[in-house]
Amino acid sequence: MAVDAPATLPNSAAKVGAPRHHTLVFFALLLIMLVAPFVLYPVFLMKVMCFALFASALNLLLGFGGLLSFGHAAYFGIAAYVSAYTAKVWGLPPELAILLGTAAAAVLGLLIGALAIRRQGIYFAMVTLAFAQMVYFFSLQAPFTGGEDGIQAVPRGRLFGFIDLANDLTFYFVVLAIVTGGMLAIYRIIHSPFGQVLKAIRDNEPRSTSLGYKVDRYKLAVFVMSATLAGLAGAIKALVFQLASLTDVHWTMSGEVVLMTLLGGMGTIFGPLVGAAVIIGMQNYFASFGAWVTVLQGMIFVISVLLFREGIVGVISRWIKKPL
Amino acid sequence: MVELFGIPPQALFGQLLLGLINGSFYALLSLGLAVIFGLLNIINFAHGAQYMMGAFVAWMMLTYFGVNYWWALLLVPLAVGATGIVLERLMISRLYHLDHLYGLLLTFGLALVIQGLFRNYYGVSGLPYSIPAELSGGTNLGFMFLPTYRGWVVVASLAVCLGTWFAIERTQLGAYLRAATENPSLVGAFGINVPRMITLTYGFGVALAALAGVLAAPIYSVNPNMGADLIIVVFAVVVIGGMGSILGAILTGFGLGIVEGLVKVFYPEASAVAVFVIMALVLLVKPAGLFGRVA
Amino acid sequence: MTTKTLLLAALATTLMAGTAMATDIKIGVLNDRSGVYADLSGEGSVIAARMAVEDFDAANKDINVEIVSADHQNKPDVASNIARQWYDQDGVDIIVDVPTSSAALAVSEVTREKDKVFINSGAGSTALTGDQCSPNTIHWTYDTYALAKGTGGAMVAQGDTNWFFITADYAFGHSLEEETTKVVEAAGGEVMGTARHPFPGTDFSSYLLQAQSSGADVIGLANAGGDTVNAIKQAAEFGITQAGQNLAGLLIFITDVHALGLQAAQGLVLTESFYWDLNDQTREWSERFAAENGGKMPTMVHAGVYSGVMHYLKAVEATGGKDTAELMSAMKDTPTDDPLFGQGEVRADGRKIHDMYLFQVKTPEESSGPWDYYNLLATIPAAEAFRPMEEGGCALVTQ
Repeated sequence: MAVDAPATLPNSAAKVGAPRHHTLVFFALLLIMLVAPFVLYPVFLMKVMCFALFASALNLLLGFGGLLSFGHAAYFGIAAYVSAYTAKVWGLPPELAILLGTAAAAVLGLLIGALAIRRQGIYFAMVTLAFAQMVYFFSLQAPFTGGEDGIQAVPRGRLFGFIDLANDLTFYFVVLAIVTGGMLAIYRIIHSPFGQVLKAIRDNEPRSTSLGYKVDRYKLAVFVMSATLAGLAGAIKALVFQLASLTDVHWTMSGEVVLMTLLGGMGTIFGPLVGAAVIIGMQNYFASFGAWVTVLQGMIFVISVLLFREGIVGVISRWIKKPL
Repeated sequence: MVELFGIPPQALFGQLLLGLINGSFYALLSLGLAVIFGLLNIINFAHGAQYMMGAFVAWMMLTYFGVNYWWALLLVPLAVGATGIVLERLMISRLYHLDHLYGLLLTFGLALVIQGLFRNYYGVSGLPYSIPAELSGGTNLGFMFLPTYRGWVVVASLAVCLGTWFAIERTQLGAYLRAATENPSLVGAFGINVPRMITLTYGFGVALAALAGVLAAPIYSVNPNMGADLIIVVFAVVVIGGMGSILGAILTGFGLGIVEGLVKVFYPEASAVAVFVIMALVLLVKPAGLFGRVA
Repeated sequence: MTTKTLLLAALATTLMAGTAMATDIKIGVLNDRSGVYADLSGEGSVIAARMAVEDFDAANKDINVEIVSADHQNKPDVASNIARQWYDQDGVDIIVDVPTSSAALAVSEVTREKDKVFINSGAGSTALTGDQCSPNTIHWTYDTYALAKGTGGAMVAQGDTNWFFITADYAFGHSLEEETTKVVEAAGGEVMGTARHPFPGTDFSSYLLQAQSSGADVIGLANAGGDTVNAIKQAAEFGITQAGQNLAGLLIFITDVHALGLQAAQGLVLTESFYWDLNDQTREWSERFAAENGGKMPTMVHAGVYSGVMHYLKAVEATGGKDTAELMSAMKDTPTDDPLFGQGEVRADGRKIHDMYLFQVKTPEESSGPWDYYNLLATIPAAEAFRPMEEGGCALVTQ
């Protein structure tokens, strides 16, 4: 599955004229990820992949739609809760649990998005943040979320009834397949005519309106897509860690994913992947430094904004003079 | 006994008054945000952290230098405001030519750094700061026992808010400020040093946050996370009020405190969400906020 | 010459025998090192674990102990992630401490899956030895039932029968309120009302006012950490205790009292399983601890880490290895006796039982200085302090 998916890429990419080197990078990344679990700890890698997808989903909205959502944890978290709950309490198989979690995020994205797109810029950021805070309080108090204990000991189950996901390595390749699929979907969206209109709106909204595009519909559509993909990431994460908790819906999570996108490079394809890997790796390996990790994250934020607005991948892309 | 919705009126008055007290903090903080936003077009995410710094610096001054509460009320806003000025000069001023979102991201990062540093050095259990002797004790109002200090908070906050409003809306300096908000280059052409005005405005907004922190220190625990969640409520206050008007920020701050107080009586579980629900409703009906101009 | 060779040979054999038999143990201290519980667990728990290893004299008993530590930030996902990695990759044999119920439950699950040992000291959830009990988990220091039993039962016995709860509106607060309500009602008391506040809360005046007008004898604070501290501070401001109502903190540690200061905390009633100034042994140990911990006295959580690690090392010595099943049964079969908690035992459900104490916080006049905070009101004997095994619904018991 993991191998099939990218095989279709050259065709679809060629149609919209995506540069050839993207295909190369995709394959290189995939190759690395196929070997990686034999070198690094698979659970850690799965976490990186979940956040890479999450950050890419945010990037779809921020980097290509020009809308900064400071409340994306809401979709990530709600999907985590729904997939954990359905897998544990209803005993659904993992594929259905993930699907339902993702769907929940999509619905939530539609509700919040419809309100949030009424404002722009900073207001949009604050509104999404405030709504995410509502979702947080809901998660804290709703009977099915288990309050601050979260939903624990979620069974990973058997995919399609015969692939046992309890094995970390097996699950790793399933996650790799899903995340690859998600990434390709994002890539496809960005390079479709829809994506072109989005970029036009991002760059000059009044002009796009005057050209006859229903700007609000485009914005809502990309908002819902982004929420859905963030939900997909959250749903997988819940099964990987067998846990859905308040951390997933807290606003610091929203901040973290913005940081990943910013650090990796907003509006680049591969930036969020790099950003996620750096931040998650940092959290993982510097865990013993306690609050210094927060300080370090804050400093990275400040430095990225002041000196490094293109992000890591943005800088590389400038060096090699090719969009990444 | 006459009851309103099953609650004796005395209790209701008590709760309204408490709501007003909480509203004083919302008002001071949202006022600071509004002042900063008005001139800099930046949403100061570090506002919560600066509020926390206010409380901490008051504690440090007392503990290390024996500076009492009354001096702290004056010195802490100056000190924290000065750090704000440094931040503005060193960092924020570099972002004016960019999308305003970068300002939000920068101050978010600053908030993380400030909170993290205080957590590292002072832990999070909170530090004690006692109510000054002059303001301890309280009065029995008949329907409730009002601690003198809480009364003082309302008075102080109202005075500062109205003073700020007066300074901005009714004085020459305020006129320059408002003009610079509309058209900085034109104001600059009249020989007014706009960048310095911007710097001082940021410092002033930060000082307001620090003042709120000093006022809060004796009643809430002095703790590195004290501003972290509050700032999001204040954001909602600001969205409800609309960013156009100073008066809007003040009125919405006090008003929401009262509404929250009422919710605490009737359905305490929802008191944290109330603000956000109101925000959603306001956005539906009046996207620019209650007092705002269309953005 | 010959004697010397003989001696050398003998020495060599002992050394070799020693190395052959030596057991390598890696203890992971997983707790909050930067958040609300950093003071009551944090680095202090690492110090306590190290003291246990030294006092046990592990080095001379052919047990090589290494201690690692990490910050779980009170997040269950971070905790389970670290636990997994410790067990899978770093060769950790036992995890200790883990405050925050959600994180503790997560670590308990991972420990069961990896078949290692988990001795919890910092968390309060009774689920650890109840419906989510595990053959690999021991819950050492306290739990919410014991706190409710101590504070609720003993206060009603003193004549404070009417209660009003200020409860943090989430699972932990609810269970604390529920358990205390049961104890209060069983002892003949009555609950006049409750107010549930959002978590985390900053302003408690509204709830305190409701509590005041309810006419209750006791205001029970079913919350934790910063919420409790704020509520107590504001109760002092509104003159709640001066007006004759008692304040009962259902989960409060000596570090919280320290942070509050006696002026605000005086008169507060609370339950703990350890206080440094209980007897000569606790004083001796605590002085040593404080010397290493920047002068800060130990909490019951620190004491629990010390006592738990000690019991574990004894089991390692007794079984001569680190087979999890053998270790667990050795720990459950051997009664515990240590200078900090006195005599006790580890029950089949993993609950460690010992006496609990009901304390009242001293007034500033009564206190002789920092850390002299408690007056002992009552001792709740081990047999009564904890939830009876058959009520917990632990699968290990019914088997």
